[in-house]
Amino acid sequence: MATRSCCFRPLQVAELVTITSEPIDTAVLREGLFDPTAGGYSAFEGWVRNHNDGREVERLEYEAYEPVAVSEGEKIIAEANELFPFVRASFVHRVGLLEIGECAVWVGVVARHRDEAFRACRYIIDELKLRLPIWKKEHYVDGDSDWVNCERCSRSSGESMSKAAASHATDSTR
Amino acid sequence: MKTVTVRYFALFRENAGVGEETLTLDVANAADVFAKTRDRHGSHEPAGHCKVAINDEMADWQSPVNDGDTVLLFPPVAGG
Repeated sequence: MATRSCCFRPLQVAELVTITSEPIDTAVLREGLFDPTAGGYSAFEGWVRNHNDGREVERLEYEAYEPVAVSEGEKIIAEANELFPFVRASFVHRVGLLEIGECAVWVGVVARHRDEAFRACRYIIDELKLRLPIWKKEHYVDGDSDWVNCERCSRSSGESMSKAAASHATDSTR
Repeated sequence: MKTVTVRYFALFRENAGVGEETLTLDVANAADVFAKTRDRHGSHEPAGHCKVAINDEMADWQSPVNDGDTVLLFPPVAGG
C-alpha cells in the first residue's frame, strides 16, 4: 500500500478492486487512498450480522467469480467517477467463511470535497451489491444453511442486508 | 447444434453437482442455454432474476451464443 510520503500517485487499475479470502484491514486500506489533493474521505463497511429474516445466523460464506467481479467492479468505479468525480476509490470484498462482526466489504473514496466522496461511495456499494457475481450462504445457529437472495429472496427483492453498516466521513476542507 | 461449456455457480453448482460441463445444445442465445439446462441448474426463476456472462464478459439473455463459447450462469447475486 502507498505511504504518505508518496504524492500524486496515479490511479492504478490493478488496485481498484480486490477479492480476498484474507481479513480486511480497513486502516491499511484507508491509508492507501491518501492523496494530498483530497479533502474528504468516505467509507462503507459491511459487517456480518447475527440475524437475517428472523433467523439466528452463525456465520456467512461468500463465493465470488473473481474475473467478472473484478472487471465489473472496475466499471462501477469508472461510472462513479463520471457521476461524482473523485480523486481515488477502491473496494475490497471477502470470500470464504466469515464470522459475526467481520468486515465482508469495504468501499473507500477520497475526493476534493465531501459531497463527491459520500455520493460516489454510495453509488459503488449500491451497484456492487446489484451487479457483482458474488453469493452468500447463511449458516444458521440451528445447523441449517441457505443461499441468500436465491429463489425466496429474489421474489421480494429490495434490501436483504445481512450485516450492519458503518459509514463515516471526514471533511477537512471545503 | 453448438458445443457450449456451461459453468454453474453457488446454488446452481450445488444443484448441478458440477461446476461446469460441455454440452451440445440447440441454442441461439443465452436465454436458450438457461432454459435448456433448467434441469441442471434447477432454478424455477425467470432468467431475468439471474445474470449471465459469456466468455467472462457480462452479457444479456438475448446475447448470441456461438459454438465454443463458455456461458456462465449466475444465480441471483448477494454481494455486500
